[in-house]
Amino acid sequence: MNDTIVAISTTMGVGAISIIRLSGKDAISIVNQCFKGKNLEEVPTHTINYGHIYDGEELIDEVLVSVMKGPRSFTAEDVVEVNSHGGIITTNRILETMLNHGARLAEPGEFTKRAFLNGRIDLVKSEAVMDLIESKSDEARKMALSQLGGTTSTLITNFRNTLKQLLSSIEVNIDYPEYYDIEVMTVEKIKEQVSIMKKELQELVKSSENTATIKNGIKTVILGKPNVGKSSILNKLLEKDKAIVTDIAGTTRDIVEGEIYLDGVLLNIIDTAGIRETDDVVERIGVEKSLSMINDADLIIVVLNSNEELSDEDKEILEKTKDKTRIIVLNKNDLDKKLVIPTDLKNVVETNTNDIDGITSLKKKIKELFNLEQIATKDYTYLANSRQISLAKQAYKNLLDAEQAIKDDQPVDMIEIDLKECFDTLGEIIGATYSEEIIDNLFENFCVGK
Amino acid sequence: MKYEIIVVGGGHAGCEAALAGARKNHKTLLITGNIKNIADMPCNPSIGGPAKGIVVREIDALGGEMGRNADKGAIQIKMLNTKKGPAVQALRAQADKITYPQEMLKTLQATENLEIKEAMVEKLLVENNKVVGVELANGETINADAVILTTGTYLRSAILVGDNKTPGGPHGEKESKHLSTHLKELGFTILRLKTGTPQRIDKNSIDYSKTSLEPGDPEIRTFSFDNKAYYEIEDQVPCHLIYTTEETHNIIREHLNESSMYGGYVEGIGPRYCPSIEDKIVRFGEKERHQLFLEPESRYYDDIYIQGFSTSMPHYVQDQMVRSLPGLENAKILKYAYAIEYDAIDSRQLKQSLETKLIENLYTAGQINGTSGYEEAAGQGLIAGINAALKLEGKAPLILKRNESYIGVLIDDLVTKGVKDPYRLLTSRAEYRLLLRNDNADIRLRDYGYQVGLVDEERYQKFTNKKQQIKEFTELLQTTRITPKKETNEYLESIETTPLKDGISLYEFLKRPEVTLEHIAHFVEIPEDKEVKEQVEINTKYEGYIKKSLKEAEKMLALEEKQIPSTIDYSKVPNLASEARQKLAEIMPTTIGQASRISGVNPADISILMVYLRRNGAHE
Repeated sequence: MNDTIVAISTTMGVGAISIIRLSGKDAISIVNQCFKGKNLEEVPTHTINYGHIYDGEELIDEVLVSVMKGPRSFTAEDVVEVNSHGGIITTNRILETMLNHGARLAEPGEFTKRAFLNGRIDLVKSEAVMDLIESKSDEARKMALSQLGGTTSTLITNFRNTLKQLLSSIEVNIDYPEYYDIEVMTVEKIKEQVSIMKKELQELVKSSENTATIKNGIKTVILGKPNVGKSSILNKLLEKDKAIVTDIAGTTRDIVEGEIYLDGVLLNIIDTAGIRETDDVVERIGVEKSLSMINDADLIIVVLNSNEELSDEDKEILEKTKDKTRIIVLNKNDLDKKLVIPTDLKNVVETNTNDIDGITSLKKKIKELFNLEQIATKDYTYLANSRQISLAKQAYKNLLDAEQAIKDDQPVDMIEIDLKECFDTLGEIIGATYSEEIIDNLFENFCVGK
Repeated sequence: MKYEIIVVGGGHAGCEAALAGARKNHKTLLITGNIKNIADMPCNPSIGGPAKGIVVREIDALGGEMGRNADKGAIQIKMLNTKKGPAVQALRAQADKITYPQEMLKTLQATENLEIKEAMVEKLLVENNKVVGVELANGETINADAVILTTGTYLRSAILVGDNKTPGGPHGEKESKHLSTHLKELGFTILRLKTGTPQRIDKNSIDYSKTSLEPGDPEIRTFSFDNKAYYEIEDQVPCHLIYTTEETHNIIREHLNESSMYGGYVEGIGPRYCPSIEDKIVRFGEKERHQLFLEPESRYYDDIYIQGFSTSMPHYVQDQMVRSLPGLENAKILKYAYAIEYDAIDSRQLKQSLETKLIENLYTAGQINGTSGYEEAAGQGLIAGINAALKLEGKAPLILKRNESYIGVLIDDLVTKGVKDPYRLLTSRAEYRLLLRNDNADIRLRDYGYQVGLVDEERYQKFTNKKQQIKEFTELLQTTRITPKKETNEYLESIETTPLKDGISLYEFLKRPEVTLEHIAHFVEIPEDKEVKEQVEINTKYEGYIKKSLKEAEKMLALEEKQIPSTIDYSKVPNLASEARQKLAEIMPTTIGQASRISGVNPADISILMVYLRRNGAHE
C-alpha cells in the first residue's frame, strides 16, 4: 500500500459533476503537479480549493479540489478529490493526467480495502461501502448508507455486551466459588437472556435475508405451459418487447432476463420456455432449464390460461411450485372462463394482455409478498452479506445449543462454552476479537479478593 | 566455586527451579537470605483454589514438588466448584505453615546435586550479554552457567503501615538493596508493585459461636497423582466464616486517609483481584458487608489468618477494625496487617522459556515477573528450572501452549501482555479450560515430565498403565451394544431412564445425563481405578463440548503456526497503527497468534501484518 491509487468515484456519464479520487502518500503532490491555483502541498487539511487542471500546457477543466490529509480521511491516507464538470471525455482526461503523474488505477473496492487495513473502518462498514458501490437500486443504496453509520455494528455490539455480562457473571462464580454474597448466575437467568437474544437474532437474520434479496434483486421466474401468455406478461412488466411473442406454442426457447424496479426494489425477471412434453431436443433443454430455475427463484409467477381447462401440465407446475413464494396469474380473462382451479390456491390475480389493471394488481401482490412497503419506511438494521448472515445463523445455533445444554442439566460452565462461542462468532461479524474484555469486566463489576 | 545452575531465592519458585535443575543432574546452588524461610508462606495459609489448584496438579504431572509437598502439609482439603462441571473444579488445601516449609526443606536437603547457601545476591556477573555467575553482598563471587532469579518480594521491598514505610521484606527479613538497580543498569524495565496481608489473631480469643463453620471435604483428596494422603478426614482443621459490619465500614471510612494506600504513601500498584479491605469499601460502597474467612495457619501454633481483611491502616485503627467484627470483639492481634511494595521486572522482556531476552542463560520466575501467588510462582520456577537445564544440555526449551496447561496460559500472558498489577491466574484467563481440567493434568503433561527427566520410571509406568486402561475401557463401551430386550428395558426403567427403541452402544448410553458408570456396571465389568473411571466418564459425557474446545484450540494453533521472523523491522511495515507498531517492536512476538493477543494490537493491525508477511514470502 505504498503507492497512490486513483479512480473516478462517480458514475460515468451521468450527473452534473464527476469526482476523481486519489489516495496514498503522493496523492497531494500528484494533483498539485497538474493543478494551477493554490499550492496544494501547503494548504491546510480538509479544505476545498478552486483552480484548474492542466495536462502540460493544455487546460482540461475548471475544478474544486478537496484535500484531506491522513489519518483523518476515509482511507486514513492522504486523500484528494477533484470535482470536475462531469462528462466522459473531461473526466477521463483528468484521470489519464493523474495516471501519467504516477498514480495507479485503483482496483474495484481498493479505497475501502485500504480504509479497512488502515483500521479506519471495521469489517461491517467496509462491507457496507462495497454494497454502496455495487448497489443496483435506490433501496439497496439507502440500506448500504445506513450500514455505514454502523447500525448493525451497534446492534451486534449490544448483543455482545449482554453476553459479556452473562459470561463475566458465570466466571466470577467459577473463580470465586466461596463468595456467597456474589449473585449466582443460575441457569434460569441465563435461559431468560438467551431466549431474548435468540428472538432478536432470529429477527435480524430474517430481515437480513429479506434485505439480501432486495439488494441482489428478487429473482422472479415466470412459469406456465406454452402459449399461455408468459412473455406478454413479462413484456407488460418490462414495458418493452424483449421476449418474442407469437401465437405459435414454443417460441421462447431461451430464458430471457429483464429487470424492473418496483418502488425502488429490483426484480430480476426470468421468462422460461413453456413446460410441456416435447420431442424437440432444443425445446427439451429449455424445459429442463425452466424446472431447475424453480429451485433458485425467490418468486414464481405461474401463468394459467382462463380460457382452457386445467391440464396435467398445469397441475404439474402447481405441484412443483407449491412450497415457493408464488403468485398465480389467470391470463386471458377477457375470453370465456373455462378454467376451474382448486379453491385453496392463494395469491391469485386475473389479467389479460390488454388490461393495465391486471398488471397493476400483479405488481401490488409482489410488493405485498415481500413487505416492500414496510421496507421502504423502516430503519435498516441488517447484515450486509452472506458471510455475516451465516455467522449470525451460527451465533443463533450457539444459543440453541446453550438452551439444549440447559435442558440437559449441563453445568453452567458447559453452557458458558456455547455462550462464549456465540460471543466470538458475533465478534467475527464486526471484526472484533475477544481479548481481555471479559476479565476486565469482571474486575470492574465485582467485588472479590483476599 | 563453579555451579551449573544458581537459583537466587528460596520461595516457591526457587524451590521448584532448584529441584528441577538438580534432578536433571546439574550441579545446582540455591542461595537464600535465610534457610528458615525456605518455602515460606508469608500470606495465605493455603495452596490451590480455582485455576491455581490445577497449576499444582500440572506441577505434579511435570515432576515438580509442590503437589506432593502440599499433600504433606494439608490440614484441610476441599474440592471447589463441585456443583459446576469438571472443567472448573479445583482443589484447595489449608497448608500448615510449619509442616509445608519443613517438608520442602527436607526434600531439598535430600536432593543430590543441590546445595543451599545463606547469602544475599546483589549483582549478576555478565560477560558478552551472557550471565556467568553472581556476586554476593560481601563481595564474594560464585560462577555458574545459568542463573535463575526467584527473588519474590525482596527487591528493594518496603513494609507499609499507615504513614510508616520501613525498608525490608516479610518477617523483618532484610531486603535486597542493589539487585534491582543492577538489573535496571543491565537494561531491564523495573515496575513497582504492591501487595498486602491481613492480621493474625489468637484463636483462643475468638468467639466461634458468632461464626459459621467451613469444614473440609468428607473424603480424602490429594494434589499429587501419587495419591498419598497424610491426614485423616476427621482430623481436618476447619475454617470459619464471618462478615464485616456497618461499624467496620464506618471505622475504615473515618480513617481512610491514614492508610498507606489512601494517604498517598504507596508507589506500587496493587492487585485488582486481591484488593485491601479499604479498597473494597471505596470501590463497592453500596455493599453492606464483605465476607471474611478465619483460616488456621498451623496445627502447632494459634495464629488465625483473617482472609479478606488485608489493610495498610495504622495499628490503632486495625485494633478498632478487628474488634468491630462478629466474634472478634475481644480478639488478640498477634500480627498486624501490612502492605508491602517491591520491584519487579517487565515480563515482556522474557522469552516463552522464561529466559530473559537481554541476558543469555538468565531466567526469572515468580513475583519478580509480576505475578502473585505461591502456585503461579512454583509453576514458573519449575519451567525456568527445566529450561535452564535443557539449555545447558543443548536442547530446545519446554514451552507449554495455552491449550495444554494453565502454566502455559500464565507464561504466555506474562511474556505477551505483561502486567500492570500483580498477576493472578483465573480460570477465566484460559480460553480452553474444558481441556485444562484438574482431573486430566497427567494426561496433558506427564509425557513432557518424563521426556525432560523429572518423572521417574515407576510413576511413568503407572501413568501409561492408566492410559492403557482408559483406552481399553473406552473401546469396550464403544463396541458393546445394548438392545431393547425386555430385561434391559426393565432395568432402564428401574433406574429412571428412557427405555430403548433401538440398540445403542454403552458409550452412547453413558452420554445420557442420568446414567453413570454404576449403571454401566450392570452390563459390563468396569475398572476399579477411580481415575480411569473418572476420565472415561468425563470424556464420554462431555465429548461434544470437548470437541468444540478442541476445534477452537485448533483455530488458535493455526495462528501459532504462522511464524513471524525475528528479523522483522516493524518500522518497515506500512500502515500499522502507531501503538501496535510500538508494542510489536517491544514484544517481538514469535507468531501471529502471540501478536494477536497483545493488547493495543487490533484485528486490523493483524491483517496488515499478515498481508505484509505474505508479500514478503515469510510463512509461505
